[in-house]
Amino acid sequence: MSSTDTPPEEKLYASREPVFPRRVKGKFRNLKWIIMAITLGIYYLSPWIRWNRGPELPDQAILIDLANRRFFFFWIEIWPHEFYFIAGLLIMAGLGLFLFTSAAGRVWCGYACPQTVWTDLFILVERWIEGDRNARLRLHRQKKWDFRKVRLRAIKYLSWILIGLATGGAWVFYFTDAPTLLVDLVTGHAHPVAYLTMAILTATTVFFGAIAREQICIYACPWPRIQAAMMDEDTLVVGYRHWRGEPRGKHRKGAGAENLGDCIDCMACVNVCPMGIDIRDGQQLECITCALCIDACDEMMDKIGKPRGLIDYMALTDEPREIAGQEPKPVWKHIFRPRTILYTVLWSAVGFALLFALFIRADIDMTVAPVRNPTYVLQSDGAIRNIYDLRLRNKHGETREFRVSVTGNDTLTVTLQDSDTDAGDTIPVDADEMRIVRAYVEAPAGSEPAMSDRTEFTFWVEDDVSNERVSVDSVFNGRGQ
Amino acid sequence: MSKKDVETTGHSWDGIEELNNPLPRWWLIIWYICIVWGIAYTIAMPAWPLVKGATAGVLGWSTRAQVADKIASFEEMNAAVNAELAAADITTIEVGSDVHNYGVNMGAAVFRANCSQCHGSGAAGNVGYPNLLDNDWLWGGTIDEVAYTVQHGVRNETDEARYSEMPKFGADELLTEEEIDQVVAFAMSLSDPEGDGTNLVGGTYDVDLASAGAEVFEINCSSCHGEDGTGDIYQGAPNLTDAIWLYGGDHDTVYETVYYARFGVMPAWGQRLSQAEVNAAALYVHQLGGGQ
Repeated sequence: MSSTDTPPEEKLYASREPVFPRRVKGKFRNLKWIIMAITLGIYYLSPWIRWNRGPELPDQAILIDLANRRFFFFWIEIWPHEFYFIAGLLIMAGLGLFLFTSAAGRVWCGYACPQTVWTDLFILVERWIEGDRNARLRLHRQKKWDFRKVRLRAIKYLSWILIGLATGGAWVFYFTDAPTLLVDLVTGHAHPVAYLTMAILTATTVFFGAIAREQICIYACPWPRIQAAMMDEDTLVVGYRHWRGEPRGKHRKGAGAENLGDCIDCMACVNVCPMGIDIRDGQQLECITCALCIDACDEMMDKIGKPRGLIDYMALTDEPREIAGQEPKPVWKHIFRPRTILYTVLWSAVGFALLFALFIRADIDMTVAPVRNPTYVLQSDGAIRNIYDLRLRNKHGETREFRVSVTGNDTLTVTLQDSDTDAGDTIPVDADEMRIVRAYVEAPAGSEPAMSDRTEFTFWVEDDVSNERVSVDSVFNGRGQ
Repeated sequence: MSKKDVETTGHSWDGIEELNNPLPRWWLIIWYICIVWGIAYTIAMPAWPLVKGATAGVLGWSTRAQVADKIASFEEMNAAVNAELAAADITTIEVGSDVHNYGVNMGAAVFRANCSQCHGSGAAGNVGYPNLLDNDWLWGGTIDEVAYTVQHGVRNETDEARYSEMPKFGADELLTEEEIDQVVAFAMSLSDPEGDGTNLVGGTYDVDLASAGAEVFEINCSSCHGEDGTGDIYQGAPNLTDAIWLYGGDHDTVYETVYYARFGVMPAWGQRLSQAEVNAAALYVHQLGGGQ
């Protein structure tokens, strides 16, 4: 019989059911506290680290200088034309996610995702103010807005907004000198964009982390859908050993406890779950594998004197083995398999390529843009001139004199022109700046480059002091025969 | 809510059933908000297409008004440097100063809009329209001479225009056919330092005819083009000894030039452009590589 002929009586739309996670202690909870402290510490504090780059450059260790189009990261300075470093890091981040997801499931979601970390922080603050699960439930169900409820709610929302403000505030410090901006922000002299950015990020932080919480993961985030493609039967996920736990029931004396499984149906795993699910229903989309249910269940198993691990990290392949009474595969065998090794190799390859590119890059850079309108200029003495726009980049923290020369054909000569002063063949370029200079390359009348269609030659730019130099190949257009 | 309590839609594929979970309420609310927003937007902003144009929207927003605002705000922003450029002595503007940079960039825009039709977008000129990139100048290549040419133009109706007129030696029968042949050859030989019958731009002539034309040239041409043929920038008479031939350096073209003469015209841009724009165009042209 098909069941479609009975129309569902379910509601079409449902309100969110609030989740009140209970406090839990255990090794995974401790690990999450440590990760939270490290990640939030990095986020809030790193704009304040100083790094001396000399008098002409900013001294902020991590700075995204949008106005001057530079990214500073300690001793590394990224120019706009080196964006491939950022692209490479993004590829590494992607491959890293693949690696961790295929090895240990949704560890990113459960431990390191900003949504998880900030939600954890907001729930912690909520617990400090309103109490643990039961107290919060009572407060939630209390219809009457008496003084106590108003006071607790006001303090809670105020604290949340302060956290949001600190989060949005930390964000803007990455984009300009942090101490200066802090003074400007407090005295009301900062740019309106800074205030606007802070306001938006404060609002989104509070909304995502404190109010929407698990709904972001369930409804808004694409990652839970995508990562199913990276998981397989050897991936570690949080699971419930139903073959050990069922049939579940309260272990009352003389009530046939000997026929029951280890699960005493205490609901500890459900009460601590920040996603509001029951892990005993099996692996499900909502589960971010935060492992708090493992801590909760282990605590309970200790109390009733049963072995730990009724809820545990395990892989799909472990289930039939354990049911058959065999030992599960050791964890390292789950983790080291061709798929994770491939991801690691790819990840490392990109990383080494980036490191290599980082260490071989020169402190001088030149781009040559030939002016091909017209392709050549006939001078009054019959000489042929080609015009090139050179972009000279000085990546040093001090002004340098660059000498430009050409090789490839002895008859070619180069003259630089800075707007309309003849600069000869050397030109100063300010510290950490790019300078566009026009170069005239000339071939005398009747010379081979003047009389042929195309002559290949090479531009050289050299710092006379350090003798560091780079070259760019280009083409000289003559009159042809 | 436990998964087991949720109804299925009855669809089943290989044992995988589709749960019939209700949509979140907030989703419905956002959908309603979007509908309200959409209606409000079409009332407030230009939206519904009509037979001619579209509804204007009660806010009166339009892209044209936005552009006009932007232009006005930029003009206001540049008013000071614009006035400075208009009032400046163009020969003494300091290279690299704000007003110079502004002038060169503004001049590039003025050039593209007003000058490129004849002189080309790259200022390389065309037959009859001088190339502004080279180091050869009919009326002078210093900054003030360039500015004067831009301001007043060449051979137009204004009194201040640069003016000179080459006689039509053939059409007006000032020279005989034989004399014209001789002087054409001589003129071409001026830009042939080797004297081998082929000038700097590849035009060929008869060497014997050329020597016969020297006298004709001295009597008829040297008053403007100079005894040595190097021209005269005060009369706009081209230098005939160099590699630059405005109309062409081959025999037929030079013959045509001598027979019918040339009368290149340029408008007096001072009548159409502001003083700041004239100065800007001169600054731009002067720094292209040929300025003196």
